[in-house]
Amino acid sequence: MRSVVDMPSSGTILADVRGLVVRYGGIAAVQGVDISIRAGEAVAIVGPNGAGKTSLLSAIAGIVRPSAGSIHIGGKPLAGFALSDVVRQGVALVPEGRNIFGSLTVLENLRLGATPRLDASVAADIDRVLSDFPILGERRDQPAGQLSGGEQQMLAIARAMLSRPRLLMLDEPSLGLAPAIVDRVYDLLRGIRSQGVSVLVVEQNAARAFAFADRACVMSHGVFTLTGTPGEIGSDAAFDSAYFGVAMAENGGPV
Amino acid sequence: MIGQAIQVLVDAVSVGGLYSLTALGIGLIFGVMRLINFAHAQLITIAGYALLVLLTPSAVLAVLGAVVAAVLLALLVERTAFRPLRGADPATLLIASFAVSFFIEKVTIMLVGSRPKGVDFLPALAGQVEIAGVRLQLLQLVTIVVSVVLLVTTTWFLKSTRLGLEMRAAAENFRMAEVLGIRANRVIATAFAISGLLAAAVACLFVAQTGLVQPRMGLQLVIIAFVGTVIGGLGSLPGAAIGGFLVGVATILLQALLPPDLRVFREAFLFVAVTVVLLFRPQGLIPARGLRERV
Repeated sequence: MRSVVDMPSSGTILADVRGLVVRYGGIAAVQGVDISIRAGEAVAIVGPNGAGKTSLLSAIAGIVRPSAGSIHIGGKPLAGFALSDVVRQGVALVPEGRNIFGSLTVLENLRLGATPRLDASVAADIDRVLSDFPILGERRDQPAGQLSGGEQQMLAIARAMLSRPRLLMLDEPSLGLAPAIVDRVYDLLRGIRSQGVSVLVVEQNAARAFAFADRACVMSHGVFTLTGTPGEIGSDAAFDSAYFGVAMAENGGPV
Repeated sequence: MIGQAIQVLVDAVSVGGLYSLTALGIGLIFGVMRLINFAHAQLITIAGYALLVLLTPSAVLAVLGAVVAAVLLALLVERTAFRPLRGADPATLLIASFAVSFFIEKVTIMLVGSRPKGVDFLPALAGQVEIAGVRLQLLQLVTIVVSVVLLVTTTWFLKSTRLGLEMRAAAENFRMAEVLGIRANRVIATAFAISGLLAAAVACLFVAQTGLVQPRMGLQLVIIAFVGTVIGGLGSLPGAAIGGFLVGVATILLQALLPPDLRVFREAFLFVAVTVVLLFRPQGLIPARGLRERV
């Protein structure tokens, strides 16, 4: 299978991934991916389960070490940072399943989101979150595990945003949520983007991601098989086969 | 009759407090590292020997020395043995923890011999006080007060300080805590330091009760307290404290209530009780959240 290289057209490059390979034991989950994300843009990575999307995000977040290739954040190599320092470079992750701290209160979850910050406006920012999301405000002192799935997703995104990231990454933000709640999640992401924060979203729900993103990459078997604007990809006849992981190499590939 | 019952109760609560503090020390480390630290026994032991060595100058100095010795040993063990193994699977950590525990125990025996040594630590506490017609040992009351104060202080630390918040987050989901920027070394070293502090407190109370130090003094406490952390729910800090307390209380109540012929088997009864609890609540009395690691 041939892979395609994602290159943004212009603008400051915030995250730059070159030739990324992620292996777990003998299995290569990501097999040579290039992607660049500019300041302020929204990028979607779609693809079937097991395509390597989560591994790619985990590598950019510093959770897994790549076997080959490089990741630069704001021009600095990620390899030089401990996991807990990646967020200090402006990269925040909302992982699949949200991973809020269920035994901690809503307020405590939010305070943890601001861990890297030393400035004095943390308390004011948390107050704003609690008033912007009345349900979180009402339940600020309750264990976050008691929130509904949609509320937990809002909390997870708000928590990530309290680190004041330059790049917000989300893994399957619509997973397991009712369509009306997914609308709210994407409305929230649009608002975040309009503040100039880059958003990288990984989705199986391609329609949602395409409606949101400036650019999209289709991932299958550890490589990008298509990149372009959501419009271009959606009308590409190869999209269905790429998305569903049909062996395109046999057919000569999509590009 | 009532007086006797109160005496047994006070005895049970004081022993429960001792096990509760020990279980909390073990539970703190398990919470943040998924490591069952059997070397906690040696933290208690070294604090005991620090008491022995420093008692001659002054009791206050001896207590301070016990705290410093246990905290330093805890930090040393974390830095040299457990930090390189961070993220290793639980079986590896368990074996390493046994190895560290045996190693320190054998070194202690090499240095000080295996025979118990008498320590006349705070003899004034051996006296009795009479409260409402019931004669109680002063030391047991002191043990209860110290246990309560330390449990309350630890709870306050975990609930109300930034570092405590980070520790609770790390205990629920270490990986996610790191993703949010929480520094692993800081949280883990703090947990070890607190476990050292708790071990020193247990050593002081235990030595005052028994009047002896010996290289294996920590082990029996740790084994029973570990049973407490399992009953309470591994990974849950309130569970550890309550489980440890219940096991201690159960030990004393079995001693008091079993017919004399059966008293030698009180540990067997204790473990039967533990088995029954785990049959009905395999996750422990207060199950921990988030024993998963995946992000």
